Amino acid sequence: MKQTAAYTLYRPKWYRKRVSTYWWSRQWSYFVFILRELSSIFVAWFVVLTLLFINALSQGEVDFARFQEWLKSPLMIALNFISFLFVLFHAITWFNLAPAAMPVRVRGKRLPDWMVAAPNYVAWVAISAVIAWLLLRGN
Amino acid sequence: MAETIRLEVARYRPEEETEPTFETFEVPCRNDWVVLDALNYIKDRLDGTLSYRWSCRMGVCGSCGMMVNGEPKLTCATFLTHYLPGPVRVEPLRYFPVVRDLVIEMTDFVVKLQSVKPWLIRADEKSLSEGEYLQTPEQLDNYKQFSMCINCLLCYAACPVYGLDQHFIGPAAIALAQRYNQDSRDQGASERLSILSQHEGIWGCTFVGECTKACPKHVDPAGAIQQYKLSATKEWFKSFLMPWSDK
Repeated sequence: MKQTAAYTLYRPKWYRKRVSTYWWSRQWSYFVFILRELSSIFVAWFVVLTLLFINALSQGEVDFARFQEWLKSPLMIALNFISFLFVLFHAITWFNLAPAAMPVRVRGKRLPDWMVAAPNYVAWVAISAVIAWLLLRGN
Repeated sequence: MAETIRLEVARYRPEEETEPTFETFEVPCRNDWVVLDALNYIKDRLDGTLSYRWSCRMGVCGSCGMMVNGEPKLTCATFLTHYLPGPVRVEPLRYFPVVRDLVIEMTDFVVKLQSVKPWLIRADEKSLSEGEYLQTPEQLDNYKQFSMCINCLLCYAACPVYGLDQHFIGPAAIALAQRYNQDSRDQGASERLSILSQHEGIWGCTFVGECTKACPKHVDPAGAIQQYKLSATKEWFKSFLMPWSDK
């Protein structure tokens, strides 16, 4: 670990504990934090999946059918199910953090946290509903 | 004697040992006793060589911060009965070098605090005859929360980013920078921005959020840092789109 030079000036002898590589496993809140950081991998995976999806679509029907078959394999279903849970976790924790980063003041008074978080959820549900309607209306 | 509780206190005597050990003490567990009372009892009655910092014993001075059962706490505000039946493990604040027993070296923080210029910076000083700088209750409310910081360093002990990278400026110093940035009398925001927008400044923070939970004065350093990130981003866009409007 790097040491700040200023220390040696006043105290030549001290004890400093090394931070364990597994620091995140010692406390529940740290563990949740690391899960949240990990969730970015799954968010990235969904981006890659969307790109593959568009690519398969542009290649024509045969390729797209093969792509769909690939998506139906148990491994892909498991991976996408886990990814979905992580993305959900990422979105919820992100919305809950919004009030800390953006205190909104109305007439000099700070709005309660839930009033900053709630519009995010409303927009999320509304946009999801519109997309679901676009996708499912043909059936 | 009423009920007692066992205290496991970290000891480190640099002349005698190369790393800390734990010493166990049996102390009375009174309803109105906090962990600091137990330490004072040990020092008065059991072992006078125990070293720790304390002063006001009422949550104002910020000197008695220690790890109590692995959590950063002001020992003057942490009741023993909360930990019944015990034991209670008392350690020096995490991530700081230990000088002796429960005493940590905090020069690192003091240097960092100074680097963010936590004082009112004026481009143009008013002359005395013009009177004081007036402020409305709303303007005061803008920064008051951040001004409650007592430099107890619990937020640093809660912050794994600081633990892993000692160059990170850290929660309290950034919250205190924000305290002056938000002050309507201050004009030094751009000076502070150049220090805080470095990698070791606000961008080192990954928003673990534990500093806010640990803070005994409800300063919300995590919130201060995220708000600072927003305003730093805005400033960057402004200077990118309108380079001629440099302050």
